[in-house]
Amino acid sequence: MFGRGLKTLSLITVALIVGAFALVFFYAPNEADQGFIQKIFYLHVPLAIVALCGFVAGGIYGILYLRSGDRMHDLRSYVAIHLSLILGVGALVTGSIWAKASWGVWWTWDEPTLVSFLIVFLLYACYQPLRFSIEDPERQARYAAVFAIVAGAFVPLNFMAVRMAQSLVHPRVLSTTGGSMPGSMRLTFLVSLIGMALLFVTLWKYELASKSATFKLRALKRKLAGEDEIWTGNPRRSAAPTL
Amino acid sequence: MRRAVGALIRKDVRLELRTRESIPAMVLFSLSTFVLFHFALDEAEVSGALASGILWVTLLFAAVLGINRLFVADREEGGFDGFLLAPVDRTALFVAKATVLFGFLAAVEVFVVAAFAILLLGPSPWPGLPSLVLVLLLADAGLAVIGTLVAALAVQTRARDLLVPLLALPLSVPLVIAGARACEPLLAAGGAGALEARWLGVLGLYDLVFGLLAYAIFDFLLEE
Repeated sequence: MFGRGLKTLSLITVALIVGAFALVFFYAPNEADQGFIQKIFYLHVPLAIVALCGFVAGGIYGILYLRSGDRMHDLRSYVAIHLSLILGVGALVTGSIWAKASWGVWWTWDEPTLVSFLIVFLLYACYQPLRFSIEDPERQARYAAVFAIVAGAFVPLNFMAVRMAQSLVHPRVLSTTGGSMPGSMRLTFLVSLIGMALLFVTLWKYELASKSATFKLRALKRKLAGEDEIWTGNPRRSAAPTL
Repeated sequence: MRRAVGALIRKDVRLELRTRESIPAMVLFSLSTFVLFHFALDEAEVSGALASGILWVTLLFAAVLGINRLFVADREEGGFDGFLLAPVDRTALFVAKATVLFGFLAAVEVFVVAAFAILLLGPSPWPGLPSLVLVLLLADAGLAVIGTLVAALAVQTRARDLLVPLLALPLSVPLVIAGARACEPLLAAGGAGALEARWLGVLGLYDLVFGLLAYAIFDFLLEE
């Protein structure tokens, strides 16, 4: 069901990611102030942007779930938020490394984007504890969808509030994406961003395909062995939705 | 709808008047927190940004206590079942609970702000008081909305006491940013400064966005 086109998508993703890395290392110029370390920008910013979009997408699938009651939407929402959390860890770590290299500290409260990202990340870190603590699968899906919608709306509002709280004396490295960046850098950045977005979509589809195949297999096994078949699924606890 | 909301509010207020559970606990908690801040910071008097920060952190943590208790009686004593059996709009429960929480927070703040002015605050609170009340009421509306939503979300889970602070604190960060920044000049050492309108804008926008959102999706937290 989710396997269609996956091969082509994977190939395009690999090609774009390789292309993006080639552009980062061989095409884009070293930044005058920060030198080579500035190249982490092409990893950090796409990671953060794609993670945020993934969070919002999770909220949109939450709305679709509440409207239709289709458990597939719950699965989509769950996988999107799960992947975004992983990318979020990557964005926080690369951001920290970048801050250490260019400002000399591991963390800075002056950079509104970094701070708001941390707040959003802390909020979404509660998504899986919330799912874990609800036994009934139908209620789990419904509550998780409500959470995903509220948190999805929180993302832009939080960014606005944190940005307003900063006095604008700090150089705004991250807001230069549209403005003062030279063409070669902008091209590299765009390719990295698209590559990262495609990577997210590919991983998302792989996870969905794997999960739905597992459920189908389980259903078939149950049919084969009768209703009293012993639980053969993954014995580890998981907050993932079951179909 | 209006009658149902009125009845639910009357029920909760009567419950609070008879058990005296939430509001005294929140006030006592806030007083203890002020004492803790006094010793932790080793300051006899605070003003400006520090005063504003202490006040907001204390109020937020006290609010989390109230949020934690908001639906407990309904869950344990069958209030949810009774409400779901009644032929009324389910959103009535949200409106009633948010109003009750708003009232609780406002009542707590009357005591807490007075105690803060006596115990810790250096400059006189009177010149900035009208603006302070306005900021607090706007933030209370946001806290009431988000608190009701989080409380309803967490009360049906196994880890209720854990989830409420974990969910409510990050969600209320914009309120604290706007509230604390807005109160900073009001509590300044050299006399109250002017209130910045943009913080009221942030608080109002927060109230509006989450008010509408909660109004739209609260029903899904109740269906059986």
